[in-house]
Amino acid sequence: MSARYGMVIDLDRCTGCGSCMMACAAENNVPPLPQATARTGLTPLLVRKISNKKEGAARREAFIPIMCMHCEHETPCVRVCPQQAVEVDRATGIVMQMPQRCLGCRYCMTACPYHARYFNWWDPAWPAGMEKSLNPGVAVRMRGVVEKCNLCHARYHSAKEKAAAAGRREIDLADYVPACVEACPTSAIRFGNLADKNDPVYREANSPDAFRLLARLGTEPKVYFKSKEAWVKALAEPTFTGKTEVKHG
Amino acid sequence: MASAALADRSWIARGEERASLPRFLLWLAPWTLLLALGVYAAGLCLYHGLNQTNMDNRFAFGLWIYLDLSIIALGAGAFFTGFLVYILKRAELKPILNTAVVVGLICYSGAVAILMVDVGQPLRAWFTFWHPNTHSMLTEVTFCISCYLLVLCLEYIPLLLRNRQLRKLPSFLVFEHQLHKLVPVLAGVGTFLSFFHQGSLGGLYGVLRGRPFAFRQGFFIWPSTFFLFILSAIATGPSFLMLIAAAAEKVSGRQLVPADLPRRLGFISGVLLGIYVAAKCVDTLIWLNVTSPAEGFAPWEFYTYKPFGTYLLFAEIVLFGLLPAFLLTFRKTAGRRGILLTAAAMACGGVLLNRFVLTVQTLALPTLPFDQFLQYTPSWQELASFGGVLAYGVILYSLSYRYLPLFAPLKGGDTHVSGN
Repeated sequence: MSARYGMVIDLDRCTGCGSCMMACAAENNVPPLPQATARTGLTPLLVRKISNKKEGAARREAFIPIMCMHCEHETPCVRVCPQQAVEVDRATGIVMQMPQRCLGCRYCMTACPYHARYFNWWDPAWPAGMEKSLNPGVAVRMRGVVEKCNLCHARYHSAKEKAAAAGRREIDLADYVPACVEACPTSAIRFGNLADKNDPVYREANSPDAFRLLARLGTEPKVYFKSKEAWVKALAEPTFTGKTEVKHG
Repeated sequence: MASAALADRSWIARGEERASLPRFLLWLAPWTLLLALGVYAAGLCLYHGLNQTNMDNRFAFGLWIYLDLSIIALGAGAFFTGFLVYILKRAELKPILNTAVVVGLICYSGAVAILMVDVGQPLRAWFTFWHPNTHSMLTEVTFCISCYLLVLCLEYIPLLLRNRQLRKLPSFLVFEHQLHKLVPVLAGVGTFLSFFHQGSLGGLYGVLRGRPFAFRQGFFIWPSTFFLFILSAIATGPSFLMLIAAAAEKVSGRQLVPADLPRRLGFISGVLLGIYVAAKCVDTLIWLNVTSPAEGFAPWEFYTYKPFGTYLLFAEIVLFGLLPAFLLTFRKTAGRRGILLTAAAMACGGVLLNRFVLTVQTLALPTLPFDQFLQYTPSWQELASFGGVLAYGVILYSLSYRYLPLFAPLKGGDTHVSGN
């Protein structure tokens, strides 16, 4: 694996503005779906509000963007898909979804611990005229298939084409910036190569304030979160901490 | 009408008494209506998509998967009876064999039909055979269920060809005779396939480390639920067959199986259920003390989300496990028909509860620390589609009972138990 693309999201900087969600939807041709509910919509990136569950002056709130965590070890969705419609790209570490091969069985959605996979419950449709604003580099997904964040793979392809045109084998990371990273007004979302020790994202991912959600499941997610707030860091894992270790695999 | 009745009579085996044609049609009428409603609801789901259901991104599996897992477990009597009769040479179970084949065919074909509605792109079902992911339990389930359904069809054909009119065709008679020779082989193949798909259905949830309530450790690639599903299915399959035969006797008003057969089926069911309960207890203790804590979850917290309390665990292991195992095994209790049938129904209820806990409760429980307990209520389309499968089962069984030699004549002739 030559690269391990991942993210570090600074939750202390996130204001919950939703720009990342909008940019994600626009970049990836996500239909508006006015008939959808909070649980049937398409939100490959979903900003959720969390709190310390206290009241009054003691109450603290924060926002946490949830998307595919691009798990690296025994990736749950990859292991369960019956027809190899999900795979980990060895060149990038990105968990790829192939909607054109998806059966729509939704087993991967059941397997995902982060609930970061979405089913196309309706035919994709846009208000008249809005289809002209669709991104030509991203295929529209049909009804009955699963989709999720693919770290704006179309942008990765563009970066590769640019590198090839310049006679380079490797992309310049400045050419590959996912839409949510680009749109975040507070630079809370940072993207980089976790395999490169010189990458600022690598250093941030290994800082004491960084954590991953449900790390004890052992799936090695490549999306890290960062916060100085103890109550936010505590939410990374269930409150209980057992002493027994289980060897997975 | 008289000519229709005569024609109908000519399809019924000689010497067999069956209800009059109008009475039979009256019996079929409500089931046909339910089947039509089910086909309409399934058609809506296929045409408009799964937005017709109340499933969503979080409750991605719903009523259909729960019922699929349940009816396939109840249909396990088909392969297990074949295994007992043809492989272990338990000839005393032969009178229930044809019913086992029909019940198995109904359960498996019904499950496959509903699965075809349950997937978003049913026309891509063949992709699983073309691009199989050998790590996926669902691949194993798809391969084994498809193949076993084929085996069940092959087992049903000889029964079909023994119809009074079809037997008149010499080529059919020869074909039936040749096919009948294959039945022991088919029973062996069916046992092998069923063993794996019953287990894989258990493994379906057991491998989900992202669902700590269902995730289990196991042996090699198989989680413990793989083995528990096999055990629970073969334990309840004979009980379900006993209930089906009893229902057929009640509706037809005739004794259809030897008097001692339900007791024998009950004994097999009871012993296996006892073994299953013991294995389930060990599995639960390992999950409570090792698996769940190791993933950072307090297992008892899962039971604080109402209405899913610890009473479900008690009901599954004691009320619908240990108790029916005891009632079915011991001569004193199993000797009384009422207790025997009640215990068989409890055993079947236990497997239904187990599948409910593993499918519905698992998805309702939160995994992320800031998640909440989820609720899901099936839509009328989901309920009606499954009602259609139920109706299809009743209709196919009724037609098979009327026109095919489902039960061999009892020694000393048929015995009327009540009415006509």
